[in-house]
Amino acid sequence: MKSVFNILPEQASTVASHVDAIYLFLIAISVVFTLLAAGLVIVFGVKFRRRPDGPAPEKPHEDSRLEMAAGAFLLVLLLVLFGWGAKVYFQNTRPPADAMEILVTGKQWMWKLQHPNGRREINTLHIPVGKPVQLTMTSEDVIHSFFIPAFRVKQDVLPGRYTRLWFQATKTGRYRLFCTEYCGTEHSMMGGWVNVMTAADYERWLSGEVAGAAQETPVQAGERLFTQLGCQTCHNAGSGALGPNLAGVFGHTVKLADGSEVIADEEYLRESILNPHAKLVAGFAPVMPVFKGIINEDQLLQLIAYIKSLSGASN
Amino acid sequence: MSETATIAATAEPKNYLTNRHTIQSWLFTVDHKRIAILYLISLTVFFLLGGAAAALFRLDLMTPQADLLQSETYNKLFTMHGIVMIFFFLVPSIPAVMGNFLVPVMIGAKDVAFPRLNLLSWYVFMAGGLIALGAIISGGVDTGWTFYTPYSSMYANSHVILAVAGAFIAGFSSIMTALNFIVTIQKMRAPGLTWFRLPLFIWAMYATSLVVILGTPVVAITLVMIFIERFFQFGLFDPALGGDPVLFQHLFWFYSHPAVYIMILPSMGVISEIVSCFSRRRLYGYTFVAFSSLAIAVIGFFVWGHHMFVSSQSAYAGLIFSFLTFFVAIPTAIKILNWIMTMYKGSISFDTPMLYAYGFLGLFTIGGLTGLFLSTMATDIHLHDTYFVVAHFHYVMVGGGVMGFLGALHFWWPKMTGRMYPEGWAKFAAIVIFIGFNLTFFPQFQLGYHGMPRRYHTYAEEFQILHVMSTAGASVLGAGYLIMAAYLGWSLFKGKRASANPWDARGLEWETTSPPPTENFLSTPTVTQEAYAYDKPSVTHVPPEEKRV
Repeated sequence: MKSVFNILPEQASTVASHVDAIYLFLIAISVVFTLLAAGLVIVFGVKFRRRPDGPAPEKPHEDSRLEMAAGAFLLVLLLVLFGWGAKVYFQNTRPPADAMEILVTGKQWMWKLQHPNGRREINTLHIPVGKPVQLTMTSEDVIHSFFIPAFRVKQDVLPGRYTRLWFQATKTGRYRLFCTEYCGTEHSMMGGWVNVMTAADYERWLSGEVAGAAQETPVQAGERLFTQLGCQTCHNAGSGALGPNLAGVFGHTVKLADGSEVIADEEYLRESILNPHAKLVAGFAPVMPVFKGIINEDQLLQLIAYIKSLSGASN
Repeated sequence: MSETATIAATAEPKNYLTNRHTIQSWLFTVDHKRIAILYLISLTVFFLLGGAAAALFRLDLMTPQADLLQSETYNKLFTMHGIVMIFFFLVPSIPAVMGNFLVPVMIGAKDVAFPRLNLLSWYVFMAGGLIALGAIISGGVDTGWTFYTPYSSMYANSHVILAVAGAFIAGFSSIMTALNFIVTIQKMRAPGLTWFRLPLFIWAMYATSLVVILGTPVVAITLVMIFIERFFQFGLFDPALGGDPVLFQHLFWFYSHPAVYIMILPSMGVISEIVSCFSRRRLYGYTFVAFSSLAIAVIGFFVWGHHMFVSSQSAYAGLIFSFLTFFVAIPTAIKILNWIMTMYKGSISFDTPMLYAYGFLGLFTIGGLTGLFLSTMATDIHLHDTYFVVAHFHYVMVGGGVMGFLGALHFWWPKMTGRMYPEGWAKFAAIVIFIGFNLTFFPQFQLGYHGMPRRYHTYAEEFQILHVMSTAGASVLGAGYLIMAAYLGWSLFKGKRASANPWDARGLEWETTSPPPTENFLSTPTVTQEAYAYDKPSVTHVPPEEKRV
């Protein structure tokens, strides 16, 4: 771990060096302008200090061209900063298609994480080095925020909504993980470590679950829930089924009873499970029971993972 | 006959402080100057409370573990620090104290437009303050001053409703004061005092009042919404009740970002007065500075989303907010240029108010520049909700806001109290405060980039050394404030009598006695020159027999 007296902390993700480059540029600008301002007021303070019988100062010779020039110069400088910052930001908003998805649920005051093969962990995240990882995150209670300083990434985690965060680690090692949105009494305890491992170590770790415990992937768990909750009685391919067939739904446009259209993303699936009548699919009667209060956030994530798998979406 | 004349000449002339002495004459006063003093006393108490809370949690942060305080107490202390300092010190500070005292005097009026409303505003402020104090005494609030939902509305087990009620009520006091200033400045300027002869402090007060009137109702509604959700379980913000958690942040920052300008524009006005007085020159670029206050006030309403880059707000909305945030930096930067250019070829003296102006220029420049780190989207993702943000807004609000307030207090202290403070001690305290402030908050920039989140009671051990430095600095800062409290208190009783115009400044407030009579001027002054006519001799409306000092 680098000393806190280094200008830059540990860089352990693909974006870290891009963010740090902007940071160093900003520091350079700040040092120049601070020295300029401080230098001028000190020099003027000495040079134009009041002398007992000095002449009265003249009225300032004002030239609005000075203000214009300063404004134009600043505008250009700030546009460069704006553009650079936005570019790096946008590069990092969309995860690559092949990113491995890990499900994250925040609750007062812990992080619960689940890997694609079903392995779960709390407050520690094991990931392989050099592979893009996407976190799909939600909260069971208040707003939290997932922050890995060494990766320079952060994203708020909201109740009732899914947010995404992705990164690609560049170095094996242990890095701090924090909650950065104040969430109550034990807020400062809501964190842990990100353990970046080689791909082989990660595979070994993944399969190293406590002997005997059945490994169930989120998709499998979702499928089991789908059966347990009786979803398939209506949501099947048969003609005359009471609910829409879910194969191939995810990521596609759905026509609603009121004539509008929505994209069937995670938010839509979530809403349609918890409160099915909010956005009813055209051609179906509002007969589905409300699942709000019946299934928890983890189960919701698993059901969605299963529905996504029906469309061949990666999970 | 000649005997009575002698008595009249030697007796203390009546001024606003000495004309009546009863408690009622203070509590039921409609004199804007006495109301300013009432505010000054109340704000000093709130500042001490907010400072004491900070001292306690800063002490606890010496070690990574929880030792001095429990987490619950720690959270309540930083919340109290935030609520008290923002709603009950910084927002009212310069307008309610300096503005109340100076606006009518600077424009040659006898009082504000609505003196009774002015007194009411103080009572409303005290009601809000006492309710908020009640929340603290009865067990505290642990939501942070930002009251983020659904934590505040559904999950916190502390006295949220009381605290919210306190802030809500205090908001009305700001609105009353702002309304008063706008009407006063608009309608009650002395003959000859055209808009472009006004002191820039008045322009700043005018711009601030506009922001207060437009913004405060929004935060008031938002606070009521928390109450509705918490009390009636009516879903507004909590998704479990069908609400939207991010909506709160939009509403809250729609007021609270402009509130930053409520805290900083008045200070900019003060600095304009001080820099021109102690450089003995008209302020460079008067027109620009005057209009930039208005520009900042307007653009300031369209940048709130920069508090929400990681909140799940649309990336494109973020783009626009980032752009506008950069844009608002330009008039601010040019103002700094104007202050510096005013000194160029001036005749600069370093009395205490000028030291605070220097402090302001240094600290506010750093505060503004570090704002660029947070308006740049890529770096804000990393810095959001870390100590970098804490350091940044302290540089702006203390380095800018409080330095301006202290500068104003020292500049107009002789006018307000009729006494001079000991200059040596005052300079010493100003330097101690400047150094202590930097020692406290500069290490926090470094803490933030290294990933230390804000509002953390316990923290990773590698951060300890920087926290120890910060706490050490805070003790220096605290000592500076205490020295100041001591000599200002002393000067009230033992300080040298102040003349009408101890700094040889220009502007109407220096043309009447120190302290001014109740009606400010014995006859309404006619203004023939601008407020910065340093190339002309000073004017006085003090009757000759009162020029005794």
